[in-house]
Amino acid sequence: MLSKRIIACLDVRDGKLAKSVKFVDTRDIGDPVEKAREYYLDGLDELVLYDITASSDKRDIMLDVVESVAQEVFIPFSVGGGIRSVEDASKLLWAGAEKINLNSAAVQRPELIAECSYAIGNQNVVLSMDILRVGTSRDFPSGYEVVINGGRTPMGIDALDWALRGEELGAGELVVNSIDADGTREGYEITLTRMIAEAVSIPVIASGGAGKPEHLLEVLTEGKADAALVASMVHFGEYTVSGLKQWLHDQGVKVRMRW
Amino acid sequence: MAERVVIVDYDAGNLRSVQRACEHVGIPAEISADPADILAADRVIFPGVGSAASAVDTLRNRGLDVALREFYFKGNPLLGICLGCQIVLEFTEEGRRDCLSLVEGVCQRFDFRDRVLKVPHIGWNEVEIVQDHPLLADVASGDEFYFVHSYYTVPTHQKNVYAMTEYGLRFCSMLGQDNLFATQFHLEKSGRMGLSILNRFKEWRC
Repeated sequence: MLSKRIIACLDVRDGKLAKSVKFVDTRDIGDPVEKAREYYLDGLDELVLYDITASSDKRDIMLDVVESVAQEVFIPFSVGGGIRSVEDASKLLWAGAEKINLNSAAVQRPELIAECSYAIGNQNVVLSMDILRVGTSRDFPSGYEVVINGGRTPMGIDALDWALRGEELGAGELVVNSIDADGTREGYEITLTRMIAEAVSIPVIASGGAGKPEHLLEVLTEGKADAALVASMVHFGEYTVSGLKQWLHDQGVKVRMRW
Repeated sequence: MAERVVIVDYDAGNLRSVQRACEHVGIPAEISADPADILAADRVIFPGVGSAASAVDTLRNRGLDVALREFYFKGNPLLGICLGCQIVLEFTEEGRRDCLSLVEGVCQRFDFRDRVLKVPHIGWNEVEIVQDHPLLADVASGDEFYFVHSYYTVPTHQKNVYAMTEYGLRFCSMLGQDNLFATQFHLEKSGRMGLSILNRFKEWRC
């Protein structure tokens, strides 16, 4: 039986690890390569490196980070942030990433999903969606809207429509990131995650809001997510990856316990 | 003299991940698309992700299919990974292509009509070892590996099946025959357990 995955997300800015709270106030918390190795050895199932570097001239620093991580971490890992073309994606894969995460650029130009999927295989293309709760209306039947630029720019697109469209265009997995929940540590957006997980037939990774082990349990069961993304709850040492997995295992969730 | 280990390049996926995993266990492997390099190798690793149809076509166009068959029949160690595991069989339903026919069997698509399970099968899953093998000396039933695939192998003969995995049905997740061993999962992305297979491959005398 397939295990539920615990995925750690490392936000990287100018080659350093950063943790964002509601995407606004970010602060550096260490070396991403060191953290990645630490989590890998502690039983992490998958890693996401997210480049939040503001200036495009510093983007190549990320390739070095990816390269270094790939030399030491032998679990799947994806890289996101600032990918605008197949060329960007290919560079990251060549540097050692397993998958690429598309976000804003895919919302602005959906064909990017199809182009990447064709070039590198749909199993390697993850569509990451930043989503804001807006309430049900004629324009937003699901009650959720797609936003970009770290939540600052609403796109007028219904979140459920976008998830289905992304799957159709060739995304192999979806990250459902709730902007409302992100950084709050009050739990994942269960309603949203479940709605999307039930609508698509590709794996759904829940993101944003994890603060306690109970939140992971909730989203992996009630929320129907295939994987749960964690960030600050492990970055600051409050919880460990192995500790979270042991706890989930004790609650009867199938997770990988031998590594 | 150091052994020559070649990773087959046929435009099917991230070969550098495999190369890095090799480096990590002390195998200096080169990546090559040249049939002559395959034939000159002491050991060959045949990885791959993506579509089996285009992979088989590329192998043919580059003459790598012939080279791989010849390499196999020389009796040198050959390790297949993911797509490489599927293509050693006779036929794949994916694009309905004839494959290398090193091992009798076919490759079929996961077909869950009720959609209870997602396809592709992505993530960590357990193996149940049904037959001992030198490459599995450090692996036990219940260990988990990282899978990404929509098709699964069905070897004709039970003697070629080394491990089974459960995903809606029980399928063969590791197969072997003489000097060939292959895993459906990505051993290069399966942590310590995956690396242990690669490490054993380094020394495998068959």
